[in-house]
Amino acid sequence: MATEPTSHPAPAAVVTVRINGRPLSAPAGASVAAVILQSGIPFRTSVSGEPRSALCGMGICEECRATVDGVPHTRTCQLLAADGMDIRTA
Amino acid sequence: MTDRLDLLIVGAGPAGMAAAVAASAAGRRVTILDDNPAPGGQIWRGFSTAAAGTYPGAKPLVALHRSLRDHTVDIRSRTRVISTPAPRTLRVQDDGGAADYSYQDLILATGARERFLPFPGWTLPGVLGAGGLQALVKSGLSVRDKRVVVAGSGPLLPAVAATLARHGARIQGIFEQAPLDRLARFAFTLAAHPGKILEGLRYRVTTLSAPYRTSSWIVSAHGAEHLESVDVCIGDTSRRLACDYLACGFHLVPNLELPLLLGCTISDNCVAVDANQQSSLPHVYCAGEVTGIGGLEKALCEGEIAALSSAGKSAAHLFERRDRLARFARRLDVTFAPRRELAQLATPDTLVCRCEDVPRGALETCHSWREAKLHTRCGMGPCQGRVCGPATNFLFGWQQESVRPPLAPARVATLAAPPPSQ
Repeated sequence: MATEPTSHPAPAAVVTVRINGRPLSAPAGASVAAVILQSGIPFRTSVSGEPRSALCGMGICEECRATVDGVPHTRTCQLLAADGMDIRTA
Repeated sequence: MTDRLDLLIVGAGPAGMAAAVAASAAGRRVTILDDNPAPGGQIWRGFSTAAAGTYPGAKPLVALHRSLRDHTVDIRSRTRVISTPAPRTLRVQDDGGAADYSYQDLILATGARERFLPFPGWTLPGVLGAGGLQALVKSGLSVRDKRVVVAGSGPLLPAVAATLARHGARIQGIFEQAPLDRLARFAFTLAAHPGKILEGLRYRVTTLSAPYRTSSWIVSAHGAEHLESVDVCIGDTSRRLACDYLACGFHLVPNLELPLLLGCTISDNCVAVDANQQSSLPHVYCAGEVTGIGGLEKALCEGEIAALSSAGKSAAHLFERRDRLARFARRLDVTFAPRRELAQLATPDTLVCRCEDVPRGALETCHSWREAKLHTRCGMGPCQGRVCGPATNFLFGWQQESVRPPLAPARVATLAAPPPSQ
């Protein structure tokens, strides 16, 4: 029983992105943070050198920053994954 | 570019959406700003994913969505408020750049975030907020066959466990720090809230296989590069549990940055509002979690009151219901207040500020939030104290007196743009 609003366009089922050059597929509508977390790759390295990963999942903690299509410090939990996206973690 | 708007709403969660629908029906032109990719807030996050229609409580969202469309409300997603460059004006940043919005009236529905408390290992990848892991699952993360420990405090914990279990996670246990007698008193007051009892039951049925333990809390997280296990304190004993994820949050705290920047009076860590949901500032109304953590029903009711009041219409018929829900919110705060034992978890080398990697030991000699910022850079990183602010409030009793722009990391062009001419 579908309860989605009819206004919402039916998205393609899967998108493919690259994380540090490695191709990965994700369900359409997934956030970039969800795709990175799924890959097991840390999102960033902290100022004292620790690997870090998403904490809050809702645009607060800034732990999920990554470089997306050349834009550094992108909050990936508030960005939907799109086909062909180039994601770089540090 | 300056847009002059009739009614501007910040936040497209339940409170903001309810306010938008009521205000539109009252004849106002409404614009909503929201920093997420789609409206819905945290509870209705990820409506773009296929699983969203199955969420409990998705029905009111569908109705609100339809009303917003019928009223042609202007929703600007992925738009973040950065500063207030002029009176009754907000500067925002979106994918296209910066813009200034002047408004007649403003409704703040900025919601809440989880309270995070530091413990050894909490910076390991795989340790997330409880709502945090839920948000990521709603955003497409698969937790199928992952072992998850749910810990912390609040009514969110069983709800999160239920969501994760529905998505195939193996819940290793739910550890609520509040003592059973406080929860029992709380449950007794729920008699006045039959809707909430049903909600709770539904969660319990789904997570039947996972134990729900009270007076139990996370002690530490372990792993080399990623979480491998956690230690939990259950009564007088400590137990190690192997897991892939720890979902840990200690109830919620309101997002007060924008109200503080505007100059709204804050009382008991919430925005102070009158019966009409008006803040201490004329033309600024507040609704939802930002006036007290009370959940969906309170947010919807307050959103409607704020909209009617700001349109000059009476909302008196909603006051009794709102007051009841606000009392419920205060009960939540008392019931799920963190116990003092949690202040002893972080050791001197446990990081408290995750942005600037400031350990607890460096903070012990400071006497205030301001001093800690100046001497240790605690709270000076990209999150600007959104995580370590509530943590140091609990650990040391420090108060965040003021907020400075930019409210979020912003592009230079956004900061450098001149204020709009009035």
